Amino acid sequence: MSTEVLLHARGVGKKFGGFVALAEVDIQLRPGERLGLIGPNGSGKSTFVNCISGDFAQHEGEVTLGGHQLGGLKPHRRARLGLARTFQLPQPFNSLSVLENVRVPLLFAGHAAEATERAMACLEQVEMAGKAHKLPKELTQVEQRRLELARAIALDPRLLIADEAMAGLSNAEVDQIIELLFKLNQAGTAVIMIEHIMRAVTAFSERLVVFVAGRKIADGLPREVLALPEVEGAYLGKQ
Amino acid sequence: MNTHLRFWLGAAALGLLLVAALRLLGNDYAYFAGYFVLQYVVLASAWNILGGYAGYVNFGAAGFMAAGAYSAIVLRQALGLDLIPGIIFAALVAGLLGLGTGYLTLRLKGVYFSIATLCLSVVLQTLVVNWDYVGGSRGAYIIRPREIAPFVSYGEYLFIVMLVLAIGAAGIGRTVEMSRLGRGLQAIRDNERAAEAVGVPTLRLKLIATTLCGALMGVAGAPLPYYSGYLNPEAAFSLAYAVNAIAMPLIGGAGTWAGPVIGAVLLASLQQAATVTISSALNLWIVGWMLVIFVALFPKGILGWFRRKA
Repeated sequence: MSTEVLLHARGVGKKFGGFVALAEVDIQLRPGERLGLIGPNGSGKSTFVNCISGDFAQHEGEVTLGGHQLGGLKPHRRARLGLARTFQLPQPFNSLSVLENVRVPLLFAGHAAEATERAMACLEQVEMAGKAHKLPKELTQVEQRRLELARAIALDPRLLIADEAMAGLSNAEVDQIIELLFKLNQAGTAVIMIEHIMRAVTAFSERLVVFVAGRKIADGLPREVLALPEVEGAYLGKQ
Repeated sequence: MNTHLRFWLGAAALGLLLVAALRLLGNDYAYFAGYFVLQYVVLASAWNILGGYAGYVNFGAAGFMAAGAYSAIVLRQALGLDLIPGIIFAALVAGLLGLGTGYLTLRLKGVYFSIATLCLSVVLQTLVVNWDYVGGSRGAYIIRPREIAPFVSYGEYLFIVMLVLAIGAAGIGRTVEMSRLGRGLQAIRDNERAAEAVGVPTLRLKLIATTLCGALMGVAGAPLPYYSGYLNPEAAFSLAYAVNAIAMPLIGGAGTWAGPVIGAVLLASLQQAATVTISSALNLWIVGWMLVIFVALFPKGILGWFRRKA
């Protein structure tokens, strides 16, 4: 297993007025690693993602991706460094076709000349090539999730943050998304999966981090982490 | 033949036909009315770049147009230069104004951005009213020649200049729409956060759009003092420009290059017809009603309605 560090978050914290949403979080991620990030609602998972992706430009601590300091960089600059993300609710470009949705990142990543071919290849990877000329509003929920993944794949990411990419899906659909994430991971992309569906997290993650009240309380192998009494108490509601 | 070349050749042929038809008609009012319609083609196409593609509604069209008109006056006062250098100077001044406005206001979203652009217009008007060099509240006169070779009249010259500008503005709109810039602006309009997350440099694209939009609006305004021979702040900063700049693309079909052209030709022709047959005071009343009808019944404009039918 590689000892190289892809993502290094050191002392990351975020306050909203007097409210501490995230405090002193340290996380390291190796290239190609699959990390599950869990925690109850309001535990700071999405705040952490927003600090990493650049949505919250101002935060405490520092973050590097592949050795590049991310501090002060806008989200689009982070995307070009290989950081892709999906959103809790799919956020397609509604007036553009599925194909154009995937072409957009390619146009701005220096692949304008071959954007259409590459976009079709991304859609084929997520089994959406047949819907290329549909509008996002004509897609089902799971298809919209696949579109988000195709758009992320188009960035040729080193790290994908899948923020509740399976919310609202049926069991069979959850399995389809997990399969896609595995395929992406096998191609070399590290994945941080933020999810409430424990079956998905445990099936996918090789390492688990738990947040509670803005702090990291556990970090390790999934079965070991889930057996910790503080995790059971805080996350699973057991005494 | 590539589509760009086809567009430019087609537009040039249509323009030549229009000039020939008006020359055959031999009526100076036709040039006057034609200029009126074409100036709105430029203004509506300019508004569409930021408002239609990127979804940032600019209420300050009158301010940018007046900046263009007064730039032409300043250049004439300072260096004695005529219309064409005035148009180039107006594009530069209004483009820089657009860039500056964008830089200061584009962190605002939705209605806050719109209000900021409206404020810009008010600030500029206050400046002009208190600036004696350009006539202040009295206004400024421009004595234009009766004719200019090889044109049959100065009216024809102004019409042809505005025709070239209108074709240029529609062509720029079309080029933006088909380019990477246009796709980026559409992504911003649909979901700015997602656009940024997939690598679209949103602020840079919006600044390009405000600069282009400002420059074209300035270009639309530069010939205004030559058109009327006199310009005062009230006329230059008229509410009609701000309202028409928004209404025309919305009625024609915002977010497409042809929409503003269709909306401008339709609405400006209607206003001209109302001016000569009923009263000029009816202009904004007509625009208001058409806007209400279109927003309620055809929210994607005429072009959107035809596309849905197809």
